[in-house]
Amino acid sequence: MPKKTLKQLQVNKEWCKGCGICVAFCPRDVLSIKDGKVNIEDIDSCIECGQCELRCPDYAIYLGGKNK
Amino acid sequence: MKRGNIKLMQGNEACVEGAIAAGMRFYSGYPITPSTEIAEISAAKLPRIGGKFIQMEDEIASIGAVIGASLTGLKSMTATSGPGFSLKQENIGYAAMAEVPCVIVDVQRGGPSTGLPTSPAQGDVMQARWGTHGDHPIIALSPYSVKETYEITIEAFNLSERYRTPVIILMDEVIAHMREKIEIPDENEIEIVDRLKPKDKAEDYNPYEINDGDLVPAMASFGEGYRYHVTGLVHDINGFPTNDSKIAESLINRLTKKVEENTQDIVKYDEYFLEDAEIALIAYGGTARSVKSAVDMARKENIKVGMFRPITIWPSPEKQILELAKTVKKIIVVEMNLGQYYLEVDRIAKKSTDVYKYGRVNGELITPDEILSYIKEV
Amino acid sequence: MPSQIVDDYFRTNSLPHIWCPGCGNGIVTRSIVKAIDNLKLDRDKICIVSGIGCSSRASGYLDFNTLHTTHGRALAFATGIKMANPNLDVIVITGDGDSAAIGGNHLIHAARRNIDITTIVYNNNIYGMTGGQYSPTTPRGDKGTTAPYGNIDTQFDLCDLTTSAGATYVGRSTVFNPKLIVKLIEEGIKNKGFSFIETVTICPTYYGRKNKKGNAVDMMKFLRDQSISINAAKKLDEDKLKGKIIVGELHKSIRPEYTEEYKRLVNSF
Repeated sequence: MPKKTLKQLQVNKEWCKGCGICVAFCPRDVLSIKDGKVNIEDIDSCIECGQCELRCPDYAIYLGGKNK
Repeated sequence: MKRGNIKLMQGNEACVEGAIAAGMRFYSGYPITPSTEIAEISAAKLPRIGGKFIQMEDEIASIGAVIGASLTGLKSMTATSGPGFSLKQENIGYAAMAEVPCVIVDVQRGGPSTGLPTSPAQGDVMQARWGTHGDHPIIALSPYSVKETYEITIEAFNLSERYRTPVIILMDEVIAHMREKIEIPDENEIEIVDRLKPKDKAEDYNPYEINDGDLVPAMASFGEGYRYHVTGLVHDINGFPTNDSKIAESLINRLTKKVEENTQDIVKYDEYFLEDAEIALIAYGGTARSVKSAVDMARKENIKVGMFRPITIWPSPEKQILELAKTVKKIIVVEMNLGQYYLEVDRIAKKSTDVYKYGRVNGELITPDEILSYIKEV
Repeated sequence: MPSQIVDDYFRTNSLPHIWCPGCGNGIVTRSIVKAIDNLKLDRDKICIVSGIGCSSRASGYLDFNTLHTTHGRALAFATGIKMANPNLDVIVITGDGDSAAIGGNHLIHAARRNIDITTIVYNNNIYGMTGGQYSPTTPRGDKGTTAPYGNIDTQFDLCDLTTSAGATYVGRSTVFNPKLIVKLIEEGIKNKGFSFIETVTICPTYYGRKNKKGNAVDMMKFLRDQSISINAAKKLDEDKLKGKIIVGELHKSIRPEYTEEYKRLVNSF
């Protein structure tokens, strides 16, 4: 199911500054902060709403990868 | 000489005519005496020749808009006088740092502050050199006649394009409002210099990289497909800000060197009766007219004086002034301030000869008679 | 690897950006490129012009023609660009201090001219780059390092200001609602005239800490709870609107655009 893979939640820990905005506003509690960085806690609950990506100030979390 | 090309005009008008001949297609300004005619004439002419004129909300906005317009590829100019020149300084520094060609006309008037708005002065000589903060190159030219104003304005555009630097035209109220007959040359007789455009493809373009030993980088215009960054911060060859001390040093040194190392290509000057002179008078702009008359009067009395007239004020014609200092017994710098260019001449010449100053700041012209008296006194 | 939108429109080698943890500026910046992407604009024709301050660093991260000017002067430079080449899409990124204090004159006159520039203010209610001094949008009573006993100044409403000055499209959103930011910017760019979008953003490091507003999450919740849409706000009296952030399209009008007027003048000869 490549389409599903493309939309999957991606995290770039190097860019994450650990502000916690994505964690706080995730409607399904998918995320947590671990060692100062965002961590995907429960990917199965993710509904791919993209709220985290919209509000991440650091472009460290997003849906899908690069379309190649 | 074609009769139709002979015109009677004032210095401010000649400045606009020269600018248009040089390719000026953008003018933004703010009204200020005694430069206002430059804006008025630009407002009348530019819309008719495919150019743009805009009166901005203040002096700072005027130079800002000029820099923005130049980045799109249009040759751009603004004009002002002392108070406005002070206000523009930060953005003149920006143009020097970001290497954006532009021409700033400063029709000098009595200062400081609001000073003597309708009276001539030459008190902005040092402001032209050091008005903005930091070390930076500057080119400043000072015409002494209406005809020369026309020529110098073309030269100012050419130098700004060639060296990617702001060029200042230091006029004064005398030259700005004086009317003289001038002959406008044919278009094909005028040498026009345009900025160097990049040869690289957009993806290979580094906006501040120099090539072939030239200290001036090639400049793309916004909208041409070279998407690059311009900042007043210290930047690397890609235009991006950096705090790297090595890059900072090499950038500021390159900016300075691109003018300093080309001083002899840039400087223009005029000599009058200097061959056998024992006393050299140094003067520029409107004051040089009185000095020239004083030289004529002195020669009639068999006093061996001559005049050296820098047309390029900055960078100063250091080599020429030094040579002069070695051949004359005395140098007198005559200017409508309390000794600004005198400082520069004294720095260059004092080891070789005595340097005197004759200045005035009351808004009245220095007359040939009093210069002659001072020559005798010295 | 960054997301598609970031990879497409950012100079990714200059990321991560310099903004503090929890700073909302990154949210606004992403919203700008999202709007540009939605409109399918020719990126070679886009000029992003910014002033000085935290917000104005955004220009350097974006892969367009970008110009980082002097403090307060972005609109002056931008006016020169738009006037010189009206085919360019000119977008100004500025902050509350940059646009409303040192650059206030340029803001009202750009609005008065109705020149086709879209201005996006990142309003964080403070001077961040210099360490937290009160700005023209710091609410009365709030603290800054230069208002240690509380700000006695009155807060500027920049949307009211630009509406009065003649802007033809004015809107406001907060970083809690990026989708609205995107929509407003899209409409702003489409508007042939001066468009002004105020984005209320958060500065947890200075404004937040100085005023005990909590962390980034607390400040985002505050924006969520205080926001009220313009339509809802119309039904409430002034008392109930105190402290609320009115969001949405606040003003739309039709007036001649400056560069079009210039063109008309030229064509009249």
